[in-house]
Amino acid sequence: MIDLLRNLDRRWIFLAMLLAVSIPILAQQSFPERPTKTVLDVFNYIEGLPEGSNILLSFDFGPSSDGELEPIATAVVRHCCLKRHKMFFMTLYPDGVPLPERTIKSVIEQEFESYNFKYGEDYINLGFNNAEELVIIVMGTDIKKMFPTDIEKKPLDGFPIAENITSLEDMDLIFTITTGYPGMKEWVQYGSSPLGVKLAVGSTAVQAPEAYPYLPDQMLGLLAAIKGAAEYEAALADKYPAFRDPAKNQGIKRMAPQFWAHLLIIGLIVLGNVVYFADRFQGARR
Amino acid sequence: MLKSTFPWLIVAVTGCVMIAAFFVPPLAEWKNEAGAWFEILAAMAFVVGGANLFAQHLKKISARRAGWGYSAVTLFSFVVTLVVGLFKVGVIGEDPNYPWAGHYQAEGSALWWLYQFAYQPLIGTMFALLAFYVASAAFRAFRAKNTEATMLLTAAFIVLLGRTYAGTWLTSAVPDDYSALTFPGMTAIILGVFNTAGQRAIMIGIALGVAATSLKVLLGVDRSYLGSDGD
Repeated sequence: MIDLLRNLDRRWIFLAMLLAVSIPILAQQSFPERPTKTVLDVFNYIEGLPEGSNILLSFDFGPSSDGELEPIATAVVRHCCLKRHKMFFMTLYPDGVPLPERTIKSVIEQEFESYNFKYGEDYINLGFNNAEELVIIVMGTDIKKMFPTDIEKKPLDGFPIAENITSLEDMDLIFTITTGYPGMKEWVQYGSSPLGVKLAVGSTAVQAPEAYPYLPDQMLGLLAAIKGAAEYEAALADKYPAFRDPAKNQGIKRMAPQFWAHLLIIGLIVLGNVVYFADRFQGARR
Repeated sequence: MLKSTFPWLIVAVTGCVMIAAFFVPPLAEWKNEAGAWFEILAAMAFVVGGANLFAQHLKKISARRAGWGYSAVTLFSFVVTLVVGLFKVGVIGEDPNYPWAGHYQAEGSALWWLYQFAYQPLIGTMFALLAFYVASAAFRAFRAKNTEATMLLTAAFIVLLGRTYAGTWLTSAVPDDYSALTFPGMTAIILGVFNTAGQRAIMIGIALGVAATSLKVLLGVDRSYLGSDGD
């Protein structure tokens, strides 16, 4: 048995991972989620804001992290729509430009079609600016200096939503969905902390540990990867029963493959250590 | 002079402007000007980066070095993406009198198609492969060789279980008053206490290092970023 494990072809491990991930997807398995404090803090803050509050949604990621972060974007935008908040979309990533547009289409224009949200009045897509953290620094005093136009190059001054907006201080919440640089740290250092604007973060799993030192003073809350999205969806479903259907909740759906993948990894670590200690034991006996 | 002093002067003046704009409120407008300059420079960096990529891969192809085929694919993809993006191929503007007025990534355009059906699936697939390599590495490399590795292993087990329903289910019998003893509770403690303490120490260390290095760069003591004389 030990010999079999010692010489295990890694293709068997790949096959096991493929099955662990694909079977729950095909079987449409899902597990219940209970929102944790870091997620509930964000949910309750957005829920408690008066209707029509200004929320800046910065999609600071590209397609490489889309699988982890898209459910966060969908859940938060869905909540903003339910509360009829004003949404300002932007990105600091050159390959992230189409991602806000996709969420706008799927959530605001399709799922919430009956709410009759109007572009330029209820939401706007500011597009991309390449000046990295300087975008945040300058937006702290003048948003229109960094984004004089929307994504279609139409002057921002022509949109009713931008009439009373000067700087980041006019935002009731900054929500960054982030994968690295520029992202979470830059928004804390140059955006929320110096200006005293509330900041919430949706991040990839590998980046999440870096966010904890900022909680809860410099950062309102944290949605860490798929788990964070699933918890937010659970909070949304608790408050709004229309969102209890698991088919609508990508985060909850994606937690099932994660459940089995985590168990497989734990099993593999245990088996690897069995081989390691068996070898050590045999070496000591010789 | 041109190679060393002039670039240092640009760096020093820009750095001092940003410091002054941060600490002196009436000068806050200066950072907006610096922002506009940085935007232009960052845009130029895209051009320089693109030209460099083109030159390096062209050299590799002409010298028929190992893997030149991959360079050919890279260059082909680069040129196609650049051309369809620059010339807005397939973009239909709102007003037919101004066909170039539409957005370069408008739905249905060639660049949108490339992003949607080539770039996004390719990069998504590449990152999805990580799960397979992580599983293989977990079996071969994650060993309890000493006390530190055993502690790391224990923390990993708790977090892996605590971040899924498995952890909730396994410790569902634990009363709510002792929720810190459940896997999600222990995960929260590991991330919120031990991880935070370590991260803060690292962050403070990095911040001090950045401040010291920035000061050296501003004062011209450290000019390593300009390259050596032979460059």
